[in-house]
Amino acid sequence: MIDTGETPGGVRLRPPHHRVDRRAVLWWGCRAAVAVVVLLVALVLAAWWFTSARGVLLLTLLPVGVLGAGYAVVMPWWRYRVHRWETTDSAVYTASGWISREWRVAPMSRIQTVDTARGPLQRVFGLSTVTVTTASAAGPLSIDGLDHEVASDLAERLTMTTQAVPGDAT
Amino acid sequence: MNDPHAEPAAEHDGQQPEDPFTEWQRLDIRSVLASMGLLVVPMLPVAGLVLFPADGSVARPTAGLALALVVFGIGSAWWRWFFTRFRVTAERFELRQGNFSRSFHSIPRERIRSVDLTAPVAHRLLGIAVVRIGTGRKSTRDSELRLDALPTARAERLREQLLRQRSAPAGEAPSERGPGGAAEGTDLARMRPSWYLYSTLTASLLLVTWAALGSALNTLGDLLRALGITSWLVDRLPGSPDSVLAGPSLWIGVLVILLVLLAGGWLGALAISLEMWWGYRLSAESGNTLHVRRGLLTTRAVSLEKRRLRGIELAEPLLLRLAGGGRLTAVATGLGSGSSGRSDNKALLPPAPRRVAERVGAGVLERADGSGGPGNLRRHPRAALRRRMTRAMLVVLVPVGASVAAQLLGPLPWWSSLVAVLLAVPAALFALDAYRNLGHDLHDDLLVTRHGTGVRRTVLLQRNAIIGWRVKQSPLQRLAGLVTMSATTAAGDGHYSVHDVDPSSGLAFADEAVPGLLTPFLRGGSADDGAEREPPAEGGDSAER
Repeated sequence: MIDTGETPGGVRLRPPHHRVDRRAVLWWGCRAAVAVVVLLVALVLAAWWFTSARGVLLLTLLPVGVLGAGYAVVMPWWRYRVHRWETTDSAVYTASGWISREWRVAPMSRIQTVDTARGPLQRVFGLSTVTVTTASAAGPLSIDGLDHEVASDLAERLTMTTQAVPGDAT
Repeated sequence: MNDPHAEPAAEHDGQQPEDPFTEWQRLDIRSVLASMGLLVVPMLPVAGLVLFPADGSVARPTAGLALALVVFGIGSAWWRWFFTRFRVTAERFELRQGNFSRSFHSIPRERIRSVDLTAPVAHRLLGIAVVRIGTGRKSTRDSELRLDALPTARAERLREQLLRQRSAPAGEAPSERGPGGAAEGTDLARMRPSWYLYSTLTASLLLVTWAALGSALNTLGDLLRALGITSWLVDRLPGSPDSVLAGPSLWIGVLVILLVLLAGGWLGALAISLEMWWGYRLSAESGNTLHVRRGLLTTRAVSLEKRRLRGIELAEPLLLRLAGGGRLTAVATGLGSGSSGRSDNKALLPPAPRRVAERVGAGVLERADGSGGPGNLRRHPRAALRRRMTRAMLVVLVPVGASVAAQLLGPLPWWSSLVAVLLAVPAALFALDAYRNLGHDLHDDLLVTRHGTGVRRTVLLQRNAIIGWRVKQSPLQRLAGLVTMSATTAAGDGHYSVHDVDPSSGLAFADEAVPGLLTPFLRGGSADDGAEREPPAEGGDSAER
């Protein structure tokens, strides 16, 4: 599933051990549904406003609605299959994305901050995002859709581990 | 200009000077004078009024306003000077500013990443320099403190003192402290006259001068029109406008204008490069600091601690590359990242012959074998070439499609689509060049990666500066069996990528570059030791629930 198109005998990345919480599917789904609904409403409003282009705008409603519904159904499950995370004693390893994929590895010794954040929608589902930053400007590692308890445990453990290791290569 | 005076002073104090900055210090009062440089323009009407006393209704209020502006400007500059104090203690650098809104900065000396001196024209005439102290913080208010201004010699001394003999923290980049450290003030490079010609080959300079020329011509045009010269000229033109447009003189005129533009742009670029790089000198001071001095009108002195240096980047814009040249910038922490950082304090070498760039690169990185260049790099799979070709052809499809559509709809001649189709040739050449420029390798303790065709960038990054890996795969890359591997680092842009590489060899490369980091997450092939390490990894996971 999460292959990097390996050749036989070649090295490849194995998927990280843990999946994110199953409720993340619902969360991603809701988020996508909200986005699609906003788009549809905007189209309807535009059709109501621009009388001259009303026909075209109303016609686009159908494909946009169908594609949007497909996106809201397929994307969360696809993400759920891809998104994984893992920590070892020496590193944090995440996989994310759905169509495009991304794997990130950061060594414990180079971690600067560990944050947990919960948006309103995440709070409804009891989920959290753990964000791990390093000294690099290339962006943090973030693990979306973790169970709140798991996330705070993880953040605490990562903070403890990183405090024990000095230096962040700045 | 000020350098000859400054250097002896700096060297005298380089040994063990009494600390002249421990008490609260004032800035130089001449900075008030220097700040008046900007006020010369509003002073002109005043001068005019004095020289040519007029009874005009407009002249007097204008002059009054200008006078008020000048008084206010000088007053505020003096005010700022009066309430600004700084001092250097054993631990910290402290700066007090302002009276109405006071500010007090106190930063630990070990957080100071760079101390740069600049002297714009007015400052240079007065023998003072602006000191900018960089703390390497990103996107915060106090990322840079300015002392405007100190006498040049004192500024040099302050720089020396702030950067001198700071005990290096443990565990940081041990590779840079070797017996190979350069002696005091060793020159690594000095400007050569021929290098100015290389700088004119960077397109950005040409564009800048063209933009300047364009706006100047625009203004000139307005002026001529305002004075009625344009209409006068048009009246004098022989015949009607139609006959002028039809004749060969039009083409000659276009050609002349193009040539003038090209020559003007080139001369402007030459002037800019003279201003930027006059008196350029790169030296290694007391073994742990790199020092760049340059500038004709505005002099700049930039220093960079070697322990902040993580690598170098050789950038070769297309024209410059064809002429066999390149310019060198530092990949270092604390200089700001990407376009947000001031790019002019990263420059190590002006556009110069490639061979020089490689030699200087070797010197900066203290490579014993003298090879600061990339040498031979590992090639990327053919799929990367197909990817680039496809992209180029898709780009060409746009004008082809547009011209065909235009022919069907309108009066465009038949050969227009032929021209569009012929665009495929340069596009293919660029794609091929982009593919040939891809490369990556490991040279001892350096990771080397290269890409780009418009500007070919070769990055030499110290392997111990890599603080993680990022592997990306788009759907098209997955079809082609490619990935992009990015090494993340605290320095420079934050990440440096190896584009479009075969996944298994790319991962093996990353694993080789930073031993042990990726190993627990690899499977198959030669990574048998990776399989052995998996159990402890799982142990670590089970402990977390």
